Amino acid sequence: MSENNSKVKISCIVNGDPAVVEAYPMSRLLDVLREELRLTGTKEGCGEGECGACAVLLDGELVNSCLVPVLQAEGAKMTTIEGVASGEELHAVQQAFVAAGGAQCGICTPGMVLAAVSLLEHNPQPNEADIRHALAGNLCRCTGYMKIFESVLLACREGREGA
Amino acid sequence: MRAFVPAYELRAPPTLSATLELLGSEPGAWRAFAGGTDLMVLFEAGKLAHRKYLSIRHLPELQGIEVTPAHVTLGALTTYTEIQRHETLRQEFPNLRAAARETGGVAIQNRGTLGGNVANASPAADTPPALIVYDAQLELISAAGGSRWLAYSEFHTGYKQTLMRPDELLGRIRLPRRDESWRHYYRKVGTRKAQAISKTCLAGAVLVAGGRVREIRLAVGSVAPTVVRCLQTEAVLRGRQLNATVIHDARESLAREIAPIDDVRSTASYRLRVSQNLLEEMLTEFSA
Repeated sequence: MSENNSKVKISCIVNGDPAVVEAYPMSRLLDVLREELRLTGTKEGCGEGECGACAVLLDGELVNSCLVPVLQAEGAKMTTIEGVASGEELHAVQQAFVAAGGAQCGICTPGMVLAAVSLLEHNPQPNEADIRHALAGNLCRCTGYMKIFESVLLACREGREGA
Repeated sequence: MRAFVPAYELRAPPTLSATLELLGSEPGAWRAFAGGTDLMVLFEAGKLAHRKYLSIRHLPELQGIEVTPAHVTLGALTTYTEIQRHETLRQEFPNLRAAARETGGVAIQNRGTLGGNVANASPAADTPPALIVYDAQLELISAAGGSRWLAYSEFHTGYKQTLMRPDELLGRIRLPRRDESWRHYYRKVGTRKAQAISKTCLAGAVLVAGGRVREIRLAVGSVAPTVVRCLQTEAVLRGRQLNATVIHDARESLAREIAPIDDVRSTASYRLRVSQNLLEEMLTEFSA
């Protein structure tokens, strides 16, 4: 068998808290989040960057954590689905997913919510085409997508009324 | 089968010069690893044969977009998202912006790099047809040779083959700025709007005056072992008035110039017909 390379120490900020993990540098960020940090809200769907189920925010940008080797997360600030709500209070996007029925089985939901949160951070008043483009990298096999788009639109409306 | 993770080595040398030293010390032993959007897919599938990589994502010399009166120069690490957000690229190089917008989905666009798309040398990549019609030049850098520039249209020599040496790194991609009267066309045809790898992808940049083609660049992806610049079809069109006869001649020429195959994504006959249709769509649009 091939030679084994050694693990490295990675320091980063996850959901506002400092974290240090020891991992092989090519380990997928997805596996480190789930298995080392026990943040199992991030899901694995396809494992090849097609489905968006493993999406997290890395230094403020949406990424597929299955495609990030953990070495490239050194020093980064990350938000996973566990860090989207403030304590017990759900984020506007999460509230809208609940209210509009945007979640069914739940596997795609963390990625969908993070893709929507990321969209609203860059573009607080997206139209439906913007929403479809922003979520185009996220697959859902339950909802048929319409209730997800409605959820994001609802979150935008609530955001405007709340502002 | 999944990859055996401990068998892979990934290091992030602190500086560009340290990276180039390592690449040059044992040419071929190390390879560059940028956004990872292609390599990590192969890795997870257990198909990443090479084992030793240097992460270059953090190197500032390879980042950023610089605009001068003559050129727009993009660091090899420029992401698809950064391309879309850049005002000069949006106005003057719309094909590149369109390609960036249609590569993967947002999460891929945030991570994938223009340099990776070039160096990976896939004939089905989305940005190369756009880069070719904009006469892109590439800078290759190495510890031994410093910096050398070459035309992107000559860079791809065969399927996944390029003129880049194992000790070299892609540094920058330079686009000459053009007269604003050039017109632009880019269309990718895939199975799905996001994430799809193209069945065919045609880019054109054309300078039309009085219905006559004064200058033209034409490139097609996914229809040959490399992305093809269609020099013969450009010659058929250059200097001609755009009408039905000329468009017919151009379609015939394109059929002789590309060599599509049957594969998992599409068939040769579909690719040929659709590539011709895209060319006709572009020329019809520009003849109006």
